[in-house]
Amino acid sequence: MKVSYYPGCTLKTKAKHLEDSALASLTALGVQVGELPRWNCCGAVHSLADDDLIHHVAPVRDLVRAMNEGSERLVTLCSMCYNSLARANLLMRHDEIKRKTINDFMNEENDYHGEVEVEHLITFLRDTVGWDNLRAKIKVPLSGMKIAAYYGCTLVRPKDVAIEPPHGRVMNEFVEALGAEAVDFSANTVCCGSYQVLAHPDVVVDVVGRIIASASDGGADALILSCPLCEYNLVKKQGELLQQQKIARKLPVFYFSQLLAMALGLGPESYRPDRNDAASVEFLRSKNFPVGSASVQP
Amino acid sequence: MSARKQVATGDRAILPEGAKTIPIFVMGKRYEVPETLTIMKAMEYAGFKFLRGAGCRGGICGACPTVYRGEGDYKLYFGLACQTVVEPNMFLAQIPFYPANRAQYDIETIEPLADAVHALYPEIFRCVACNNCSKACPMKVEVLDYISAIKQGDLARAAKLSFDCIQCGMCAGRCMGELPQYHIAQLVRRLYGKYMQPGAAHLKKRVAEIESGKYDALLAGLQKMSHAELEKIYKEREREPDMVGLGTWMPKDVSHL
Repeated sequence: MKVSYYPGCTLKTKAKHLEDSALASLTALGVQVGELPRWNCCGAVHSLADDDLIHHVAPVRDLVRAMNEGSERLVTLCSMCYNSLARANLLMRHDEIKRKTINDFMNEENDYHGEVEVEHLITFLRDTVGWDNLRAKIKVPLSGMKIAAYYGCTLVRPKDVAIEPPHGRVMNEFVEALGAEAVDFSANTVCCGSYQVLAHPDVVVDVVGRIIASASDGGADALILSCPLCEYNLVKKQGELLQQQKIARKLPVFYFSQLLAMALGLGPESYRPDRNDAASVEFLRSKNFPVGSASVQP
Repeated sequence: MSARKQVATGDRAILPEGAKTIPIFVMGKRYEVPETLTIMKAMEYAGFKFLRGAGCRGGICGACPTVYRGEGDYKLYFGLACQTVVEPNMFLAQIPFYPANRAQYDIETIEPLADAVHALYPEIFRCVACNNCSKACPMKVEVLDYISAIKQGDLARAAKLSFDCIQCGMCAGRCMGELPQYHIAQLVRRLYGKYMQPGAAHLKKRVAEIESGKYDALLAGLQKMSHAELEKIYKEREREPDMVGLGTWMPKDVSHL
């Protein structure tokens, strides 16, 4: 079965630590996933307007590219890319009329009917690599770490594209496979505030405060996630919460793939702590993980 | 009476007997023009005079983009008037200029980073990947691919993908996100050329030699020569033979190298 990798724009710019750590880990796990040779923006946000088909063209074009490559599966690392690609895929698979309209509009491409499966790396690790196989390759178990696995919205909503049923534990199983302790916390699927950070930043400060308090109350040492927008909000707005003295210290935030690379015994050039904030780098130091050239950022 | 045939009267060519003409529609008006002409020649035959919208006439300068459509076909096609041959019942219009946004920047101070490009052209994120830009490109540049590369921060790839761009602006004309693709690509190629592309070591050395005055005396000598002397040394100059293999030929006199 051919598996293609869809990075997404942000993974090539602001979220290089998500991509670098994941790709190095997959190589260490002996898994081959080739990046799509041609791809464009995933569309970022799935349009809900019934007659707004143009905003589905971007993700559908990516799916066509994957189909043209002969790929049966398209793996993403970014939660938002996963969400918009998976939802466009369902639309093309099940809505005959919209499928025809979109295929007719994209008449320079092959017709698409939902041939490709869209998958997030976290379920790929569970279902294709397997937790036992992953456990066998762990070189530096993250024992003693208490990790809060944060899903956010786009991995679990809406239910048609959720990576697992409600109250699933795939993220916690991942944490446990790395040898760490998974912290259950009630805010693990509370929205981070998303793009409200632009128009209503105060709203985002509030929700980030709730998420961090929930994770910290559960005893978490650090939080993992797979969405660059969640990462931005959780890291930046914790800085404001700290300034407003609403939290005593920042909770370290990592991409799930960074912990994976660390547990697989890869170096900082793979898990890229130079892209994390100071609190996260300090956490790694305290756990004796090399931080390479990571400079201390506010 | 002269045997020579008259070929033109006033500004109008006279067709040889039996020459076939075809109807074309320029901005909605029908003209009979000789077949096999390019759009540009056909329009000139029909009496149009190009003040703008014509430049090199060789398919390079990008001044003569034309949008056209065939009878019974809903699709729009794009070509250079100087390169595209007229077809019967072709409906066409010239678009010599497109008023797309062009950002101001100082190439000396701007950084060769995706962030800098995104800041100058934030509208790049309005792209919905409809691909109308690529469909409109008379040079068959994959415009959507280079726009995607810029969004992904890969300026080198974007510079290479957009290399054939002739700045005609048809991409911008068809863009539903109102992106000025060709101007963004030009900025990226400038950044790539100035900051990213490896410099040629031999060129740097030669520039330093010129600046150090190595060739000043030689040039001054040339300036003092008479016309006859110049003609003589020009005729006697050592010429690299045609079709010689790369790097296999050296002049006898290497004192200027």
